[in-house]
Amino acid sequence: MSSGPDRTRRKLLQGAGAAGALAMGTAAAGRALAAPVGDTASLGLAQIPEGTLAEQMLYALPGKVPLIKKTFRPPNFETPVEYFRTAITPNKAFFVRYHLAGIPQPIRAADWSLSVGGDSAEREMKFSLAQLKKDFKAAEVMAVCQCSGNRRGLFEPHVAGVEWGVGAMGNALWRGVRLKDVLAKAGVKPGALEVVMDGADGPAIPKTPDFVKSLPVEMAMSDDVLIAFEMNGQPLPHWNGFPARLIVPGWTGTYWVKHLASVRVMSQPEKNFWMSTAYRLPRGKFDTPTFKSQLYSANEPITAMVVNSLVTSLRSGQQIARGKPIEVRGVAWDRGNGIAKVEVSTDTGSSWKPAKLGKDHGRYGFREFSLSEPTSESGARVVMARATSKSGETQVNELIWNPAGYHHNVIQKIYVEVV
Amino acid sequence: MRTLRFTLSLALLLSAAPTMAQESKVVLKDAPGRDKAQVCVACHSLDYIPMNSRFMDKAGWTASVNKMINVFGAPIAKEDVDAIASYLAQNYGKK
Repeated sequence: MSSGPDRTRRKLLQGAGAAGALAMGTAAAGRALAAPVGDTASLGLAQIPEGTLAEQMLYALPGKVPLIKKTFRPPNFETPVEYFRTAITPNKAFFVRYHLAGIPQPIRAADWSLSVGGDSAEREMKFSLAQLKKDFKAAEVMAVCQCSGNRRGLFEPHVAGVEWGVGAMGNALWRGVRLKDVLAKAGVKPGALEVVMDGADGPAIPKTPDFVKSLPVEMAMSDDVLIAFEMNGQPLPHWNGFPARLIVPGWTGTYWVKHLASVRVMSQPEKNFWMSTAYRLPRGKFDTPTFKSQLYSANEPITAMVVNSLVTSLRSGQQIARGKPIEVRGVAWDRGNGIAKVEVSTDTGSSWKPAKLGKDHGRYGFREFSLSEPTSESGARVVMARATSKSGETQVNELIWNPAGYHHNVIQKIYVEVV
Repeated sequence: MRTLRFTLSLALLLSAAPTMAQESKVVLKDAPGRDKAQVCVACHSLDYIPMNSRFMDKAGWTASVNKMINVFGAPIAKEDVDAIASYLAQNYGKK
C-alpha cells in the first residue's frame, strides 16, 4: 500500500487542489470514471453541490438530445462535456437557459413581429420576419454564447442560483441582420443612452418582473451585434430563442435576449430588477468593459466574458498505459480579443508547453487546442491547461469569488495515472 | 403584453405540456412544513430546492424565501416564511 508511486500520487494530489479532493487509490479511480451525470470533480475542478449532483439527470427536451437537466420549469439544461470536443456546438445539444416559466409555445414565425421604437427613436416601427430578411443586409458571426453563471456550481463557498457545471455555453455560427441597421431604419436620436430588449417569454405570475435587458447604445450599434434567425445554418431551435434572438458577441448570455419581441432606444438607464439588481459584480474585481450608464457605487453590471478553456479529452482518475501519450485536447475562448496561446502542464504547473491551436473560427468563437505528451514512466500526473488572450488576459489559479457566482475561469487540475 | 403572457403561461401550466410531464416526479422530502413549501411550485419546478442543497443555513433559506416574495411577488403569506425556511433548512440546509 505504501509503495513509492502511491506516496508520490498522494503528494501530487495534495498539490492538485480541487482534484485532490478525489479519493485516492485505484478503486477511487474506477469510481471517478463512472462519475455521475454532470459531475465536475472529474474535470479537475471543484464539485457542484451534492444536492445538484443527486437531482440532475440526462433528459431530452423536444428537439434536443439528452442534456443535463438542472431544472424543468423554467427549463435549464446544460450541455454535456462531450459536445465540446468540436469547436461548433450542435444545435440539438446547445444549452437551454430561462429565468421565467411563461414561455409561449409553439411560436409561429408567421405570427412573430419585432417592435422597434423608444423615446430616442425617430419613429415606431414593426417588422415581420420576412421583412427583416428582405429589407436588411444579412450578416453572420461565429460566437460563444456563455451564461454569466456558467460554473456557478463550482463556487466555494457555494452561492444560490442555477448550479451550473461547465456546460452553460456553446459556440455557433449565427446569421441574421445587424441590430444597428434595424435601429437606423427607426432613426436614433442624439441623446440615446441604452437599447432595451424584451423577449416574448415572461413570468408565470404577473407580479414577477419580466426579463428585460439593456445594452449601452454604442454596443448595440456595433457591427457584431445581430438579430439572428439562424444558428449553424438552421432556424434557431425553439429553446434557443426561435424565431429571432439577439447576438452580443463577447458579452455574457444574459444580453442575448431570446424570442426577441421589442427593442427600444432610450434616453434613460433601464431600471428593472434584471438590470439594477441581478447580473451585477462588485466593482473593481474584474478587468472587463464598463457599462457606464449602469454604474452604482458598490457594483456594476456584468459585461464581457473572461478568458477560459475546457479540457475535454481527460477525466480525473483516468489511467493511461505507460508509453502511450497523454492526449490533452479542448477549447479556449475569450471576449473577442482572440486566443493567443494555450499552455499545458503535465507536472502540476511546474513547467508549461504551448499547445497547438486549431482552426481560427473568428475572434469570438471557440479555439481548439491539443497537445500530446509522451509518457515513459508510470506514476501520477496532474494535467492543467491555461488560455491567454491576445490582450494578455489569462486564466486564474484561485477563484475570484463574487456573490452571484460569475466569471469562473479557474485552471483545471486533472489527475491521471500512467500505469 | 403582460396579460397575454400570463394567459399563455397559465395555459402552459394547465395543459401539462409533455416537456414538463417529468416535473411531477420531483417530490420534496416528507417532513413537517412540506405542505407550505409546495407553494413554490406556482412559479417554478421544485427541483430548484434540492439543486441548492446542502449549503444554505436557515438564514440563507429565509433570505431566499424573502427574495421570492419581495422581488418576484411569490404568493407566500408573511406568516409562513418561518415555517417554510425551517422546513428548507431542516431538509435541504447545510449539515
